[in-house]
Amino acid sequence: MKVRANFSLVMNLDKCIGCHTCSVTCKNVWTNRKGMEYVWFNNVETKPGIGYPKNWEDQEKWNGGWELAKGKLQLKSGNKRSLLANIFSNPNMPTIDDYYEPFTYDYAVLQNSPLVEATPTARPRSLIDGQRMEKIEWGPNWEDDLGGKFKHRSEDVNFSNMEKQIYGEFEQTFLMYLPRMCNHCINPACVASCPSGSLYKREEDGIVLVDQDKCRSWRMCISACPYKKMFYNWESGKAEKCTGCYPRVESGLPTVCSESCVGRIRYNGILLYDADRIKELASVPDDQDLYQAQLDLFLDPNDPEVIKQAKIDGIPESWMEAARQSPIYKLAVEWKVAFPLHPEFRTMPMVWYVPPLSPVQSQIDQGNLATKPDGVIPSIETLRLPMKYLANMFTAGKEEPIVLALKRMIAMRSFFRSLHVEQKTDLSVLEEVGLSEDQVRDMYRYMAIANYEDRYVIPTSHEELRQEDFLGFQGQNGFEFGNDGCSISPNASLFPDKRTKSADSLQVVEFFPYTPAAKISEGEGA
Amino acid sequence: MNLINFLFGVYPYIALTTFLLGSLIRFDREQYTWKADSSQLFEKELLQKGSILFHIGIIALFFGHFAGLLTPHQWFLNWGVTDMMHQTIAICLGAAFGSICMMGGVILWKRRMYNPRVRANSRFMDIFILDWILITLSIGLLTIPVSIYHAFNGDASIMINLSEWAQAIIALNPSPHFLDRVDIIYKVHLFFGMSVFLLFPFTRLVHVWSMPLGYMFRPYQIVRTKFVKQR
Repeated sequence: MKVRANFSLVMNLDKCIGCHTCSVTCKNVWTNRKGMEYVWFNNVETKPGIGYPKNWEDQEKWNGGWELAKGKLQLKSGNKRSLLANIFSNPNMPTIDDYYEPFTYDYAVLQNSPLVEATPTARPRSLIDGQRMEKIEWGPNWEDDLGGKFKHRSEDVNFSNMEKQIYGEFEQTFLMYLPRMCNHCINPACVASCPSGSLYKREEDGIVLVDQDKCRSWRMCISACPYKKMFYNWESGKAEKCTGCYPRVESGLPTVCSESCVGRIRYNGILLYDADRIKELASVPDDQDLYQAQLDLFLDPNDPEVIKQAKIDGIPESWMEAARQSPIYKLAVEWKVAFPLHPEFRTMPMVWYVPPLSPVQSQIDQGNLATKPDGVIPSIETLRLPMKYLANMFTAGKEEPIVLALKRMIAMRSFFRSLHVEQKTDLSVLEEVGLSEDQVRDMYRYMAIANYEDRYVIPTSHEELRQEDFLGFQGQNGFEFGNDGCSISPNASLFPDKRTKSADSLQVVEFFPYTPAAKISEGEGA
Repeated sequence: MNLINFLFGVYPYIALTTFLLGSLIRFDREQYTWKADSSQLFEKELLQKGSILFHIGIIALFFGHFAGLLTPHQWFLNWGVTDMMHQTIAICLGAAFGSICMMGGVILWKRRMYNPRVRANSRFMDIFILDWILITLSIGLLTIPVSIYHAFNGDASIMINLSEWAQAIIALNPSPHFLDRVDIIYKVHLFFGMSVFLLFPFTRLVHVWSMPLGYMFRPYQIVRTKFVKQR
């Protein structure tokens, strides 16, 4: 046994309202730079839909993640030799149109326009080559709230093994939001695919990072990540990814996306796992066993054996305490209401999701749908989201764990309804789903109330122990690119540096003088 | 010192020194600029055709030149490779891989110049070095008819002269007089070829040094710790 801790998240999709605050705050902090305009470390997709980049879940198309080749775990894009053979041209790499062409608008036109009859319009312009875009064909969230034709959205691979046509009908429509970010996987495919070894997982907290100085732009990670959360910065020619907001997390603060979440859907905490069993458990033959395999990988922070080994492996006591208090452990392991996104990719993702309930409230109010005996709480058969669809997303198609999780969430509601409305504790609803009263009260505290201190249990990284002289860092730059932090003349370099001919979102210039076509001279038309 | 002595006695050292020292300084000081600088995000189809052909061609040409020019003459004779066989092999392989490289290079050039996205994101040096390599390559291909002419006349001495000149450079004993009888087209090719080494550290070509063969021998996963071992 080798004990390691992994910073992880749970997102309670039952509460996600699809407001994109997480995406926008993340964008403003991390990716508002040239070369990164098209990049969203965090994005929120409307499901069913093909998402960002287009059809990212379809590994028949992208060959991301892992597969078993003759029982051995191997990158789906091929073995190491074939990966190197593809280095001149990566056949699985998405192009910019699979994300979207980033754009800005000629805003200056609005201010500089002469007096015209028609309102002047700011027309779009590409942020790649600066050319006029006559029509914006796709964007970061083009399918927002089921935008677009069902035919197009239904290419969503989570519809596999389903009669999807009926969900195109208005009465059968369903919708859910899926916020996505880097999963900081335990068995990351991006790290495994990096020819130059620039990607790595941090031993202390499991955050996966790119060493910008070692990246050589071989771009294998872009296609190897099955979640398509590795991005190519076309300005710097380096790979970039979600940093897990590690400067915040190291100080015990939640990530920016979590902190800003208005629905309080995000939980941050740590999980302990057995690093010696990763390969074994990521190689279980049946895809549907991978969810359970990942649960088996996690270690119980209250187990004396684990505590003993953790001490040997150098896990600080504060981290053990955080592991015992971890909301992630409670949601994922204790109550089993959270699930990994697409465990069949075999990367062992560490961002888990509580599946959404989807009561058809208006029909329940009219008495058209079956409910629990109380006449208010819906029974699981009447939920709008097909179980198969959720199972395809979270358990490689196995419905039982999803059904149990949703039943537990419904049972929690039934229990607290009878407690608050009828002033009695109805334990029968709990027995059905195998929960104790203590557990359901805890669930209520964490899932319904969701206080800040309960959602975010993040131990600090103990920098004070690591650094001999932390005052030595005073006066240094935190984040800079290249040698800007220490070079004598930051703007001069012998070696090719910034691109100059491409568009820059931070320095939007008027590319061509604007002449309004519909200018109407005085007296005309009289 | 006349121009020939400078170009083939001094310039090779300027080029090689810049190549080695420049690469070292850039590697040491400018890691963030050390990369292949892929533009595949913008265009995929032409890159697939062009890049693969170009790289196969240019890698074969590099090792072909390396082995052909720098293997001591006596070794070939010991292996039973006569000068005529050597020249025939050089012509055939040079023509084959030169053409492959040329096809790929032209596709890449067309892509770089006429794809608006790729063009807008090309630095001056990206276009310049591609042009330069293609010119070097064209002149190299133009030497083939001359070599064939020599071969038909049973004369391998020009090729031997060229390799002796190259070996003299490496032996730090510059001997431009080896090139006295060599046709002008070879000399132009030599100049352009040496200049590629001179330009090398200032372009994206530096990615050649980082050919990731180590990937074959490392475990899939990399875990790094923030804690440095206490001394």
